Amino acid sequence: MSISVHNISKTFKDVTAVNNISFDVKEGELFGLIGPDGAGKTTIFRILTTLLFADKGEAIVANYDVIKDYKSIRNHVGYMPGKFSLYQDLTVEENLEFFATIFGTTIEKNYDLIKDIYVQIEPFKTRRAGKLSGGMKQKLALCCALIHKPKVLFLDEPTTGVDPVSRKEFWEMLKRLQKKGITILVSTPYMDEAALCDRIALIQDGKILEIDTPQEIVKHYPKKIYNVKTDNMYKLIECLKSYEHHYSVYPFGEFVHYTDKRDDFNPNELHRFLEEMDAVNIIIQPTETTIEDTFMELAK
Amino acid sequence: MKTIGYIIQKEFKQIFRNKGMLPIIFILPLLQLVILSNAATFEIKNIKFSYIDNDNTSFSRALIDKFEASTYFNVVSNFPSEKIASSAMLKGEVDVILEIPHYFERDLLKDKKTDLSVIINAIDGAAAGVENVYINQIVQGFNKNAQATLIQPSDLINQPKNISSITSFWYNETLNYKTFMVPGILVLLVTMITLFLSGMNIVREKEIGTLEQMNVTPIRKHEFIIGKLFPFWIIGFGLLTIGLIISKVIFNTPIIGNLGLVYFYTAFYLLVILGMGLFISNFTDTQQQAMFIAWFFVVIFILMSGLFTPIESMPKWAQNLTEFNPIKYFVEVMRMVMLKGADFNDILPQFLKTLGYAIIMNGLAVWSYKKTS
Repeated sequence: MSISVHNISKTFKDVTAVNNISFDVKEGELFGLIGPDGAGKTTIFRILTTLLFADKGEAIVANYDVIKDYKSIRNHVGYMPGKFSLYQDLTVEENLEFFATIFGTTIEKNYDLIKDIYVQIEPFKTRRAGKLSGGMKQKLALCCALIHKPKVLFLDEPTTGVDPVSRKEFWEMLKRLQKKGITILVSTPYMDEAALCDRIALIQDGKILEIDTPQEIVKHYPKKIYNVKTDNMYKLIECLKSYEHHYSVYPFGEFVHYTDKRDDFNPNELHRFLEEMDAVNIIIQPTETTIEDTFMELAK
Repeated sequence: MKTIGYIIQKEFKQIFRNKGMLPIIFILPLLQLVILSNAATFEIKNIKFSYIDNDNTSFSRALIDKFEASTYFNVVSNFPSEKIASSAMLKGEVDVILEIPHYFERDLLKDKKTDLSVIINAIDGAAAGVENVYINQIVQGFNKNAQATLIQPSDLINQPKNISSITSFWYNETLNYKTFMVPGILVLLVTMITLFLSGMNIVREKEIGTLEQMNVTPIRKHEFIIGKLFPFWIIGFGLLTIGLIISKVIFNTPIIGNLGLVYFYTAFYLLVILGMGLFISNFTDTQQQAMFIAWFFVVIFILMSGLFTPIESMPKWAQNLTEFNPIKYFVEVMRMVMLKGADFNDILPQFLKTLGYAIIMNGLAVWSYKKTS
């Protein structure tokens, strides 16, 4: 096990940020913590990277206890906080060199690990970090977190505030790093990214709702979901919520995800109901369950 | 050790790239020394003097001429009545009103005795006291002259012998105010700038989030602290050197004592200031907060340092408080070494107290650093 967490709890004054959480991450696994803002993701990261003591429970990272062996852990993990936190007034190269030096290594020694990423920012290596674009900053931060060849990589919301193209690239980079044997724990509020992880833990209010592979988690969803669309989205949601047999109604992109209480639900019935409510251009079609649907169901 | 060296190197790079910091380090000391040393003076000059001459004789005019001749007084007006003079005083047009009574000359000649009325604006009590002394000196001078003209040969026998004292001023022969102020302002400069910069520096890492990144690296806390503070220790010496050069070149301040001793003492004094900076940054989250707290302490320390007002004239409890003021010791040491040529044994009490302060302050700072992170 690369990371194993047992019954960890952490309370700040009267807010319970993390409530009796346990999970294991296998070696070389890409594990995702998925949950909304304030779910306790960052607190878990801070506990695992030895920045914070848990009130209760124990955690092992790369075979070191987070409290007893915190010094060893710091040599073997890479951490990329959600907020860009490198020296903005040092250049790209200086930042990388600085972090290499304080980990007692050099850029050359571990160059093969960061090469894929570093070549993309190398043209800007004399530019100050503060003057880089968002995507570049994030690549630099990843390089700095990798420069000492960590066994475990912690990425706290690495793609928040990053454009879709860079997000996609970033996940491809993570997949490549995973192939090199690095265990990765990543958190994200984006449900679409969850599908890219090996396993995910859905978190809300400091509690884990479910842990499984993205494929399995989706299967746990008890109902058949339908995409519903009419000309007036707002009115549609109101109509569906007034429909006596509705189970859940959530807007989802250009559609509304609808589920029914009955097992023998017939879409034509709903179609007729909507027609009676003066809706036009009605589309009702079955759709695949997504992790977001599962999360909404579990978080109910 | 290598890590510390690298942090120091990084720190210097950042300082020299910070557009706000460079002027603070190099321009501010120059301005502060030049402006403050010239402006912060207790010499009272250009006193707005007015008079009411009810006598209008050659005697009264001779007295007024004395005031005209003095460099301290600007004779601004001559009022016909006390009422008008009082309202001018109320408006702030005059500082001093001298009223010469009717029959001033006659009484002086006949009774050898007369009274003058002097009104002084005493909102600034210290200034009023000094003005009073100046006026008395002029009146006495006038009195002596008057005696000479009035004296009858027969009186000579009964005249008492005059006792006069001749004063010699040690350590600052010409009573040059700048000689007194420059070493003190040099202290102010070294203290303020090092405290502000070091206080803001660690908070800055907190503010931009790099402290968290540093905390997950194998860097030891003491390495980090030393690496962060050492550059400001050096900058403190830089400031002292710039200040000493300015005071020698521009103000020609005497430096009688051993400069090496000044640097030696400063080395320990700076430790106190850096410890304070670290202590402040442990309890603040933003540079702004750190700045406000540093200001608060600096203002109290400076006003109670004996730099501008003598400690001996403070109330007893305030004098006791100044014992805890590191700036006081530095001001004393600077004046002692530069102006009196004091050696190590002379400044030993101040040195020991500063050393103790340095140990306590840094101990507290390191303890609170551990506690808060």
